[in-house]
Formats: sequence, structure tokens, C-alpha cells
Amino acid sequence: MRVAIASGKGGTGKTTVSVNLADLLARHRPVVLADLDVEEPNSGLFVQAETVHEEAVHRMVPSWVADQCTFCGVCQEVCQFNALIETGSEVMVFRELCHSCYACSELCPVEALPMTPMKIGDLSHRRSGSLDLVQGCLDIGQEQAVPLIAHTLDYLGARFSKDTLILCDAPPGTACSMIEAVKDADFVLLVTEPTPFGLHDLKLAVETVRGLGRPCAVVINRHGLGNADVEAYCRQEGIPVAARLPHSREAAQCYARGQLIHPHVPEVAAQLEAVAGFIQRIEQEGAA
Amino acid sequence: MKEIVVISGKGGTGKTSISASFSLLGGEDVITADCDVDAADLHLLLAPDFDHAEDFYSGLLARIDPSRCDECGICAQVCRFDAVHVVDGHHHIRELDCEGCGYCARVCPQRAVQLQERKVGQWYRSRLRTGGTMVHARLDIGAENSGKLVAKVKQEAREAAREQGREWILVDGAPGIGCPVMSSLSGADAVVFVTEPTVSGFHDLRRVYDLVRRFDMATACIVNKADLNPEMTRSVHAFLQEAGIRHLADLPYDEAFTEAMVEGCTVVEKEGTPLARALEESWTRLRTLLGTERTGDHP
Amino acid sequence: MKIAFTSQGTTPDAPMDPRFGRTAFLLVYDEESGQYEHCDNRQVEGVAHGAAVQTARRLFEMGAQVLVTGNGPGGNAASVLQRSGVQTFIGAGGMTVERAYAAWKSGKLQRFE
Repeated sequence: MRVAIASGKGGTGKTTVSVNLADLLARHRPVVLADLDVEEPNSGLFVQAETVHEEAVHRMVPSWVADQCTFCGVCQEVCQFNALIETGSEVMVFRELCHSCYACSELCPVEALPMTPMKIGDLSHRRSGSLDLVQGCLDIGQEQAVPLIAHTLDYLGARFSKDTLILCDAPPGTACSMIEAVKDADFVLLVTEPTPFGLHDLKLAVETVRGLGRPCAVVINRHGLGNADVEAYCRQEGIPVAARLPHSREAAQCYARGQLIHPHVPEVAAQLEAVAGFIQRIEQEGAA
Repeated sequence: MKEIVVISGKGGTGKTSISASFSLLGGEDVITADCDVDAADLHLLLAPDFDHAEDFYSGLLARIDPSRCDECGICAQVCRFDAVHVVDGHHHIRELDCEGCGYCARVCPQRAVQLQERKVGQWYRSRLRTGGTMVHARLDIGAENSGKLVAKVKQEAREAAREQGREWILVDGAPGIGCPVMSSLSGADAVVFVTEPTVSGFHDLRRVYDLVRRFDMATACIVNKADLNPEMTRSVHAFLQEAGIRHLADLPYDEAFTEAMVEGCTVVEKEGTPLARALEESWTRLRTLLGTERTGDHP
Repeated sequence: MKIAFTSQGTTPDAPMDPRFGRTAFLLVYDEESGQYEHCDNRQVEGVAHGAAVQTARRLFEMGAQVLVTGNGPGGNAASVLQRSGVQTFIGAGGMTVERAYAAWKSGKLQRFE
């Protein structure tokens, strides 16, 4: 089962919940934590593990073959992304603007634009006991996160069986990269905080997840801070609140040091156990 | 005209609360732009009036006309994004997956695929309680291309600054290191990093700084929640010095940010508090920094 | 000779647009015919990436041998222009198109390479 851990807003504790939950679950059973927040992958900072596999991730972009080209202009005409231009004496390709649609390459009448790989980031797979950590990391300067997220998901699908519990730390927001990480998940946990920012962004996230037809539940982080509007909203919308992680300076300090919180702050550990129980119930319902 | 962008890499560091404070301190002289269009929250603190709203279109979307389609399936063969699905024997495009590359339209023998402009959100020009103007936007749920909407918000903010003869543009930037943040940075004179002394905050600061280095602009930094981890705060300071980033202030871990948020205002409106004073000082230093240092190639 | 200007309007008295990629108009002066021709480039406003490439393509289509603009084109625009054979001159940002033409003609503008 694949559970996406997402949030409309960044900094609500999505990574905290993901890594602590994965660590807690891994004490009793195998679990995979996949960091799909490829622009800012931080899960790995909290987990010490041995490398199982590493690979560079590429996407395909055209490269120009001078000898073949007849300067017919088809390539720059079909490209919707301004990634190609004829300057009169050559065809220049701006690889970072290319969306890898293959139109220029395949429609070129003389095969002067073969597709070649361009590195966009790295995928790493590490293991610590029964916890597997799979992480995508986008190269600086690369603008498109979606192909790397898609590749990381393909890797997960090929490497692990459908019965494996996979927790995916999704990118924040509700734009294309978040959608890519969430759209095929079996269940979505939305992490929020009880503040006006938290509520505003939670509403957007709920709308998104419902639009994708995914079931979801909410985890309230820093409970006790702010106000009760998030609780009221969840009640009104009939969204289950899986747990309320208490607001605690101690927890914030653990996080700051790059430590797992549950071994140090029992109140937080108890609520994480509640999330773990919640996930296991969903898993059983799914199997039944 | 000088453009200042506030960014953080990581979410939750206080970027938006600090941007809102600067907007308030700048008052009428500042055009405020919320470029965090994916999770636009600045309006919750600044209460803009949404006076002027316009739909925003960007990129293309393929659509199959069922009356022309003979279900040959060539579109599905060429689509690299798996956007063509067959439902009940009919080909159709799943909007969410369509990249708008137009390849299918180009090769369809029946000319059954039409490309249309894709609505991706709305943008607004508003008046604030300071008398200043704010340009902001909302990205449609699940829409792509948030970088383009960011570019639009910035363009409208510059337009407003020119029209009104304003000196400053303050941009609440997008998170991450991808397309939206690049668009928020493009053409700016200065960037203010808002970071926190956490393992992830520091990690993301260094990552986003690697990106900013490629642009020619002045750099400054505010360390929020500095007392949460004094040791790491010292490491952040050392990094700032080494990178030549101007250190504007250390702010304490303070629930006043959340309290102000609940009240729908900014922390600087609680005058006389240490937090308000520290932010006022940062704003002054930032303006001085831009007045004296060589910056980007704005006319 | 055809000379292209990045401009904010469609007539020779229009102020120059100092930007290349995101210029509002391209105004081309044909020295032989004495005629101005323009191209509306404002649709690049919604383009986050590749604006300069799109503008360069319009420039090439208009057949100018010389480009006069304000700021130095950056990144992609610079490499396209360098390799295209179009001679680029900068520093005309604060002028009108007419004044920019005169400045270029008398050799007062800096060559961008």
C-alpha cells in the first residue's frame, strides 16, 4: 500500500511525520520511506542507513546533428516550449526548456535531432534494518521535478511488491509535482498546523486530493498553537483527524538537531503510534 | 525601481510573516507581490481587497473532438505523457497529464485534436490598508506551470510600480529550487533568505543559495528561531560570512508570529515589541544595502 | 541594411524598451526604403521560460542584420544572438527609437559580443 504524506503548505511537519512514522513502523515490520520532495529532499538527513543502490536519473532531450540538417524549420515550429531555434547557420537546443515530448525529434524529416539523455538528478536507495529509504534529488538548476518523481515511483513499483507499505513524503503545495506524487497513492495523509496559514492551505490540499479521488485524513501538528478552526473544518467536512501532535519546544529542538522526535518526546510518540494504528487499520480494510 | 525577493527554500521558516512585515513597514512606497502562488498566504495577513481580478491562461491543452475522431490511436502512440486514455472505446485526453506539447494535434490524420489555451489560475491587483498596492494570484488546483503565473505577477507588479512611480517592489518568493523560484528571482536586485537553524533549514539554505549565485544580485539573510539551536545558528552565521551574504538579524523562536497570524495582522503592528524592532531595523538595513551596493541591470 | 530596435511602441518616436527577451515590440527600420515595420511581442508576457528564444525567432523572421537594444541580453538570448550573425548594440535603453538610430549610425553605441 502506498500512503502519500502531503501538505498544502511547506513547513507544517510533513517530513517530521514521515521520518518518525517510518522509524516507528519499522520496529515491527518492513516499511519503505520514499522522499518525493525532490527539490528539497530532507528525509535522508534523519536516517542513518547503508547504501543499497544509487543511480543517476536522466531525461531525453534532442541534440542537433549538423551534417544531416536541411534547415527546414519543422523543429522550431513544432516546439511549444521555445527550446529550439534556427539561427541561420545552426539549430540551437536549450535543453533546460525542453519537455521531452519527442515531437521535434520524431517529426524531423532527416533525423537530425536524435534524443539523447540529460542528467536531471540522482536516485538513492538505502537500508537500515527493516526500513528502506528511497530518495530522489533534483540537480540544482533543473526546473522540472515531475520526471524525477515519476522515475522514483517507477523504481518503487519495480523494486517492491504491492503489499509493501510505502510512505511517500510528497512535495508541498498543490501544483504539478505534488499531483504527480499523490495521484496514484492508495491513501493520503495531510499534515497541517492549527493556524490560519495551515487551514487555508489544508483546504486547497483537500480540494486537490478529492479532485484526484483519493481518500484522506488529517494529522494536526503543533496542536495547542493557534486556534481551533482546523478541527472545526475537519469536522464539518467529515475528514478524520488521525492524530494531534502536541506543540512542543522540545520537539522543535529535536527536529533542529536532525534527531528523531519519538524517542525523546513521549507525548509526540503516543500520537505517532495513533497514526501508525490508523494506517494499519486502512491497510486491513484495503486487504479485506 | 528596486526589487527585493524574500525566499527560504524550506517552508515554515517565517518567510511570509516576514514579507508581510516588510510590506507594512514599506507602506505606500512598496508594491507587494505574492509569488508563492502555489500556497499564497500573504493575503491572510495583509487583507488585500481583491479589487481587480483576471483569469490567467498559460500553455496549451489538447482536446479530442469526438465527432471527428476515428479512434485510430496515433495520438496515444506519440504521447510521451500517457495523457491519451481510451474510455468505452473512445480516445480522450486526461487534462492533468497533458503537457500541452501539441504533438498529437500535429499528427492526427483526422485533425480531431484541438489545442486550446489552458486556464491555470487568477491574478489580482489589490489595495492594502497601508495604501500600497499588492499583486497576487491563485494557481488553480493541480495546475501546472506555476512559474508562468509567477512571471505574470512580477510583470504586473513592475507595471504598477512604473505607473505609480514607486521605488520598491517586495516579492514573497516561491519555495523550493525549481521553476517557480527561478521565476521569482528573475530580474530582482536583492534576495533575502529567511532560514532557521535546523538541519533541514540550513541544508535548504545552502541549496537555494547555490541557485541564487547564478543570478547577479545582492544577498541578505534573516535567521528566524535562532535560539532553537544556538550551535547551528553559529554555523549559519559562519556560512553567511563565507558566502558574502549580509546578515540582517537573528529573530527568537516566538509565538508572536502565530498570534499575529490568528489576528490576521503582522508582528510589526504590535509596536514596541523586540520582534517588531528587529524587523524595523532589518528593513532599514536592507534599504541601505540596496542604496549603496551595485545590483542587477535595471535601468 | 535593416536595423531592429526593442521598443515600447510602434512608431519611431516611441521610447526604447531596454529589455530584449521581454520587449513589448520589435521595430525594424529599412534604410533602403526608409520604412518602419513592427512586430508585436507582448504575448511573451505569459511565458516564464524561453521568452528570449521566442523573441529571437521573431527577430530573425524580420530579417534584420543589426539589433539595437538597452541592457545586454543575458543567458540564452546572448548565445542565440552571438551565433546568429545579427550584430547587437546596447546602451540605447533611455532613448527614443529615432535617437537610438542616430546614436548607432554615428558609432556611439557599444557593440555587444
